[in-house]
Amino acid sequence: MDNLSATEVRGLRVTRGGREVLSGIDAQIRAGRITGLLGPSGSGKSTLIRAIVGVQRISAGSVTVLGHPAGAAVLRTQVGYAGQTAAVYPDLSVAENLRYFAAVRGDDPAEVQRVIDLVGLGGREKQLASRLSGGQLSRVSLAVALLGRSRLIVLDEPTVGLDPVLRAELWELFHRLAGQGVSLLVSSHAMDEAERCDELMLLREGRLLFHDTLARLLERTGEPDAERGFISLVGNMEVAA
Amino acid sequence: MSGARTWATARRVLQQLGHDRRTVALLVLFPSVLMVLLRYVLDQPERFDRTGPALIGIFPFTIMFLVTSVVTLRERRDGTLERLMTMPLGRLDFLLGYALAFGLTALLQVGVVVLVTVAGLGLEVGGSVGLLVLVAALDALLGTALGLFTSAFARSEFQAVQFMPLVVMPQVFLCGLFVPREAMTPVLEAVSNVFPLSYAVEAVAAIAAGTDQNLVRDLGIVAAAALLALGLGAVTLRRKTA
Repeated sequence: MDNLSATEVRGLRVTRGGREVLSGIDAQIRAGRITGLLGPSGSGKSTLIRAIVGVQRISAGSVTVLGHPAGAAVLRTQVGYAGQTAAVYPDLSVAENLRYFAAVRGDDPAEVQRVIDLVGLGGREKQLASRLSGGQLSRVSLAVALLGRSRLIVLDEPTVGLDPVLRAELWELFHRLAGQGVSLLVSSHAMDEAERCDELMLLREGRLLFHDTLARLLERTGEPDAERGFISLVGNMEVAA
Repeated sequence: MSGARTWATARRVLQQLGHDRRTVALLVLFPSVLMVLLRYVLDQPERFDRTGPALIGIFPFTIMFLVTSVVTLRERRDGTLERLMTMPLGRLDFLLGYALAFGLTALLQVGVVVLVTVAGLGLEVGGSVGLLVLVAALDALLGTALGLFTSAFARSEFQAVQFMPLVVMPQVFLCGLFVPREAMTPVLEAVSNVFPLSYAVEAVAAIAAGTDQNLVRDLGIVAAAALLALGLGAVTLRRKTA
């Protein structure tokens, strides 16, 4: 594995409840870039993400993150993760949530205010998470993933349900982080987010259809946007099959 | 395992309770309300002296079992446990953090119930009242440990609550509250010998009666059962799930 890859996935297979959710994924996620993991709901995005952060039991293959097997103890302060649901405590305030996760990670307590400000929740520190709107709640969850300047940040649908202005602000933040050398893997089922990513991974029914830049996708398919490019890829595969 | 992370977890659980005043009020006051009710149902001080001590052991055990099962189930369901498992939190940090937070809560709960029962309702306690509080808090810890363990087998809060009749009620029936354990048929007595609550109740009863017969042995068994349940709980906490 070269120094440029933040994550290397080899022959990854995952079976859940007797059904194969991931059917042999090979991919390299490059360091210091934003990789968009796109695909319809049910395509296996969350399972792949869970495998990368080391909480998914896998049936074959390997996942190497920053040079270590996924889930290795050394990675636990280097990988930031926000799952699909806002995994925070509804009965704690914004600041209490972050203080707890920062303490568990062993981060500097000053991190708490830094990440609250990063996600634009300054002024809401004392509000209970259960009293926040859905979008605010998912930003608390995102803030937890940003704690402690992780080298790899993995976000499962972080922009769902956010208004367009906020969405744009978050993407700006992701680009700023990538500019500082952080690698990001961001999943979305909204194809229009493809243009905001440095690289794309298109996932469908547990298989990786495409992994390259948006420009290459459009070039290869001759389509004007990611959505139509995706449809065209699926069409070609079905013809081939 | 790390003391700082265990304490951070305990503090977090206590903060959650702190935001939920109604739960705190129910936890701290309700066993005492039940004791008052029982005192007037039994009507005679002698009968209350016989039953009251056992219940000082049973109430905190039952309540902490329920509270813990539901709370840890919520951690599994809401994804917070999964998130913690991607962080440097040891499984024992998590479990001991809960045990510490609920142990402290139980101390408060038991303190109030003992105060009300002894000072208010005139329960005769032959032994040390302070020791009675400590032992009842240990019973609560046993409930917490069992709750942590059994919640791993529940897929919903509905199921978790159903473990109460499954895990707690048989122990209550066989602990000597209704019929002295020696008077049970040999099979039932043998079963009651296996249940940790039997020893928890025996210890509380011994202190109330002012004897310290078997006290050390009983406390040892309760503590060992709590540790065993915590250990089993640690086994059910997995970093990788299907």
